[in-house]
Amino acid sequence: MTTVAVAIKIENLTKDYGDVRAVDGLTLEISEAEVFGLLGPNGSGKTTTINCLTGLLKPTSGTIRVGGYDVQKEGQRAREIMGVSPQETAVFDCLTGRENVALFGSLYSVPKASLGARVDYAMEKVGLMDDAGRRVGKYSGGMKRRVSIAMALVTDPRIVLLDEPTVGMDPQSRRAVWDFILELRDKGKTVVLTTHYMEEAEELCDKVGIIDHGRLMALGSPADLKAKYGARDLEDVFIQLTGRRIREGA
Amino acid sequence: MKMGRALALAKKDWKRIYREPAFLFIIILFPVMLTVAFGASFGAVGGAQSKAFNIAVIAIGGNGSVSSGQFVQDLRATGVVDIHSFANNQTAQSALSQGQLQAIVLLPSSFEASIQSFRAHPTEPGLWVNSTVSLYLDRGSALTTQAIPPVVEQVLSQGVLGIKASAQATPFSFSSPSLVKVKSSTIFDSFAPGLFAFASIYMIMMVAQSYTAERENGLLSRILVTPTTSADVIMGSVVSYLVVGLVQAILVFACVYALGYHPVADLAGLLVGFAIVTVFALCNIGFGLITAAIAKSAGAATGISFVFLMPQLFLGTFVGASLSTAAQTAGRFLPAYYVTDALTSLFTRGASVTSQAVLTDLAAVSVSSVLILLAGIQVFKRFGSGRT
Repeated sequence: MTTVAVAIKIENLTKDYGDVRAVDGLTLEISEAEVFGLLGPNGSGKTTTINCLTGLLKPTSGTIRVGGYDVQKEGQRAREIMGVSPQETAVFDCLTGRENVALFGSLYSVPKASLGARVDYAMEKVGLMDDAGRRVGKYSGGMKRRVSIAMALVTDPRIVLLDEPTVGMDPQSRRAVWDFILELRDKGKTVVLTTHYMEEAEELCDKVGIIDHGRLMALGSPADLKAKYGARDLEDVFIQLTGRRIREGA
Repeated sequence: MKMGRALALAKKDWKRIYREPAFLFIIILFPVMLTVAFGASFGAVGGAQSKAFNIAVIAIGGNGSVSSGQFVQDLRATGVVDIHSFANNQTAQSALSQGQLQAIVLLPSSFEASIQSFRAHPTEPGLWVNSTVSLYLDRGSALTTQAIPPVVEQVLSQGVLGIKASAQATPFSFSSPSLVKVKSSTIFDSFAPGLFAFASIYMIMMVAQSYTAERENGLLSRILVTPTTSADVIMGSVVSYLVVGLVQAILVFACVYALGYHPVADLAGLLVGFAIVTVFALCNIGFGLITAAIAKSAGAATGISFVFLMPQLFLGTFVGASLSTAAQTAGRFLPAYYVTDALTSLFTRGASVTSQAVLTDLAAVSVSSVLILLAGIQVFKRFGSGRT
């Protein structure tokens, strides 16, 4: 029997914003070399969970271990092995695509000798080599998202957190990013992504967790969940678990 | 804290400054334009100056003689000169070289004896006690060099000696006037030291806008989910804005020099002056961080930055010179005041870098700037970094 190593372990995570409980006792394990999809309607607690994972938010209670490091106590070590592409397209408009990616390589202390090659690799993978020398302020929304992903991956991290990575991308760009994500998994990386595109989750994820009101509603592979809920696709599962009511907020 | 990360962030700041027109304007072009505007407006305008010539009459051996007193009285009666008192020739010479006087008349110790001998024997030159009156004149003023010698000669002969005919001999001769290179003082000269602090103060707005914009756009959060610490981020700002402060000082210096303000400081004085302006950048970074911690948006940061910016502008730079005593006293609580005071001492008065005035100013700027920076770091880390 083989034991799969745990990349991320979340135990009884709770996060309150004043009177509002955004995450409510979430317990979750994500294995190494797995693409994990964190799914949920707007305001379900996905981004709060991701922000707790990265150490940006301090949990009200519970613990998170990333690569064996306690995010609260060993945040620096945990962040060294994570690459994060946040929900908002946070890029420096005044820098070129290459400069943005190189800056984040420097922030991860990638050696100068290998930084150029790593930047080229990341830009190539997101299909931006031809535009690498242009200022990001001139990029389209989809191009900005792609450079944002390259910024997260320039360090060749063990664990990658992608918060809605393909929002605003055309089908070609989306396919390129999907290929990149699958390549990362094949290289043994752990990828956690949030998405509202159920077909994307079905295509990419080895396992998905559906959360609502900060609680884990379902956990398993897309095939297992479809079988369990008698659904024809993952979107059916999602609607069955979270309802048809339109949610406000992120 | 890793210096490599701080330097990478500093490089990012520099690129933004020269690529984004708004930043480039406030940081680089604004100080240049401000200096040129002030220089063009006030560079040719003299300081407070009456229509009469400012001169000093120094009697070697004392001013107490009757004849020298009469000479001063007659000279004043011409209405051509304002006569100023000085303790001795040395202090008068210093005032002349600084542009506070246009001429010095030096009466010899034999002045009284010459007068008395002439009055006793007006037609017997052989019995006179001959004396030489020395004149020191502002070399840069053609009017002074042409007007003062004949006025002095006329007052001496026709006034003190009572000679009617202008061609009549007297016991006095005049040495060839010594033409002294005089530093002509303009209003701009008194403004120039304050321009260094004036230009640097706007850094508060830039730092505050930069941090709030990065926080609004999610960039600050993004940086903080890398191994980069808050200390790395702030050190990056310190490095980048220290360099910006030095560049501003060099630009302002080049402009004021080109516009006619030539500091009398030696190399050490210039270096200490630049160092003080550069250290002052720390204070502005600190106020910028406090502003960024308070402000919710980049727009709000612009408004709030004026809370820190305006008092320094009005009470701490050249504007303060024309304010009330109470306002000037209030200025003493602001770092900008000590920057301007130090630069005035070094650049305008030619004070030594080891003089008490300069050392006191340097200590005040350094200590207050570091304290404000530390306060800014603490406030920003607690309330403004986006990590909660």
